[in-house]
Amino acid sequence: MVNWRVVSKMAEDDRKVIVKVRNLKKYFELHTGMFKFMGEPIYVKAVDGISFDLHEGEIIGLVGESGCGKTTTGRLLTRLEDPTDGSVIFEGKDIAKLKGKDLKWYRRNVQMIFQDPYESLNPRFTVQKTIMEPLIIHGIGETYDDKVEMVIKALEDAGLRPAEEYLTRFPHELSGGQRQRVAIARALVLRPQFIVADEPVSMLDVSIRAGVMNLMLDLREKYKIPFIFITHDIAVARYMSDRIAVMYLGKVVEMGETEEVIFNHLHPYTRALISAVPVPDPEHKHGRVEIKGEIPSPINLPPGCRFWPRCPYAQKGLCDKKEPPLKEVSPGHFVACHFAERFLEEEQGEKTMEI
Amino acid sequence: MANLLTVKNLSVHYKIQSGWVYAVDGVNFELKKGETMGLVGESGCGKTTTGYGITQLLASNAYVKSNSKVIFDGKDLIKIGTYPSKKYDGYRKIDEFNAGMREYRWARISMIFQGAMNAFNPVYTVGDQIIEAILAHENMTEQEARKRVEELYHLVGIPKDRIDNYPHEYSGGMKQRAMIAMSLALNPDLIIADEPTTALDVVTQDRILGEMVRLQERENVAMVLITHDVSVVAEMAHKMAVMYAGHLVEKGTAREIFKETAHPYTEALLKAFPSIKGEKKRLRSIPGSPPDLANPPKGCRFAPRCPYAKDICLEKEPPAIEISPGHITKCHFAEELYGELAGGE
Repeated sequence: MVNWRVVSKMAEDDRKVIVKVRNLKKYFELHTGMFKFMGEPIYVKAVDGISFDLHEGEIIGLVGESGCGKTTTGRLLTRLEDPTDGSVIFEGKDIAKLKGKDLKWYRRNVQMIFQDPYESLNPRFTVQKTIMEPLIIHGIGETYDDKVEMVIKALEDAGLRPAEEYLTRFPHELSGGQRQRVAIARALVLRPQFIVADEPVSMLDVSIRAGVMNLMLDLREKYKIPFIFITHDIAVARYMSDRIAVMYLGKVVEMGETEEVIFNHLHPYTRALISAVPVPDPEHKHGRVEIKGEIPSPINLPPGCRFWPRCPYAQKGLCDKKEPPLKEVSPGHFVACHFAERFLEEEQGEKTMEI
Repeated sequence: MANLLTVKNLSVHYKIQSGWVYAVDGVNFELKKGETMGLVGESGCGKTTTGYGITQLLASNAYVKSNSKVIFDGKDLIKIGTYPSKKYDGYRKIDEFNAGMREYRWARISMIFQGAMNAFNPVYTVGDQIIEAILAHENMTEQEARKRVEELYHLVGIPKDRIDNYPHEYSGGMKQRAMIAMSLALNPDLIIADEPTTALDVVTQDRILGEMVRLQERENVAMVLITHDVSVVAEMAHKMAVMYAGHLVEKGTAREIFKETAHPYTEALLKAFPSIKGEKKRLRSIPGSPPDLANPPKGCRFAPRCPYAKDICLEKEPPAIEISPGHITKCHFAEELYGELAGGE
């Protein structure tokens, strides 16, 4: 088995940046149409200024609770939504401004895998037609036979063997795991530069899930395709990603190497989130870090740090006034909290005590 | 202490046009007062049918085998809720309008349904629905029932002023809490919780599971926790039962199942699960897919996917072997494999 973690670490600095996201924002306006003229417009700040680089062959896991903006981020990256502000730079072009032919070129280079394979495949298309469709749209492959060959190759890559057997099948003849593999084959057939996978395994059964996750890791090894892996399941994110970005109400609150975020997290929200994850071990007794209340509505965001009304460490006069920026507290580890340095010192103090 | 619930040889089969679907076949387990048993397995393994089979809340094409017994507090619920089928020999049909079951349903055995999002009626307020459940079983005035709902809301941590709200005004977590409140409304002895937190976020899930443990200990309620998530069972349950293709393949305490795994399917299931603790290991998927239950394999139902399978596995159904006191596994090679299989670490 290749240790992909070591591989990705070795190539750390000289890896090519595939996508550069800077200060990306998406505000959805409420009361459109006739109500537009009545009073101030109200916005839902789904994504509110996030920045990161996606490197060649890297998997970034976007995690957070529902409504934190992780899916919207994925849709912005694939230009299924137009950003309100900020930029996504791909091969020197800001994709927010692309139109017509250029947009088609971009769409060829980025593919998406959706959550529900029961909905994302056309029930009236055979597997062959589903996967061949992108080739036809983008005019790839000279003859029909070339295209069929590419489809077969993609199916084999997605672990559906013998591929010929699947060509004439319809989605209803396939199991959930097989459908998701068809969706993966459809994303792969264009040889994209990167793939956005939005909860690709959360609808799948446990035994099938492991296979689909391993498949995606193997494909990354083979083709060096970077992934944005969106999930609410932190154990899945840990298994899949090299780096994890934790989102809360449209902002990235913590980002860093996966193991760093899982074991040495500094943001109180990350701490609460990770302590809430159940562990498949009956002897493990976790210390629950309970956080108060529910996630606030993204229409009425609290001033200052978005997490302060629920945060056990919040300080009046600071956290409810000033928004903490995303700072690099140790190499590659970014945290948006006023007390990040203090938490880091405390943690290092504890470690030296242990030694 | 006597068992609160004894399920013996429970078999529930569904009649379909082309024959029978053997959804649940010969399931045995016991539960004492205040105990939690986790029932885990993949979708379609029969775990929900087993849970609902206890109160016979089953589809109209479901038939129970005549030798099945569900003994709850000394009474056989199968005898009360079903009658011998005239059409099919050896089967009993569910008596949908039997008044005898009403004493048990909700009053003594309540349920938390899968996806509380859709378990409430959208056109009535949540409070009214809980009050209705109370009034249907108890001789109370509406005011008294309302008082009870207020107590319950306090118990599960929803503000009192939300009683008169409609389900759509609740968040997912609140609906789930209201569902728990409703399941506790009549002081039941047993709660059957079917995937109680599957649709929820981790933080909410953690809170609700914590609440369920607290309430359960306080009220001394027994619980059957049906879920596909072994990590939830690891946190919640004393006992655990693993189902595969309608058979209960292994049961024991949660510790035994996780640490002294004695069935290849359990091993495979645990190895397919990612964890946030410990070293990162490559997950193993289970090759193939679960069998069609209308046409189950002749021998061991897991044999076609089992890495340890030998000829006998395809021929003969394995007996239930008690590998250590209370730890039962259904595998021909249980004794050889016991101690060899790697559980979750």
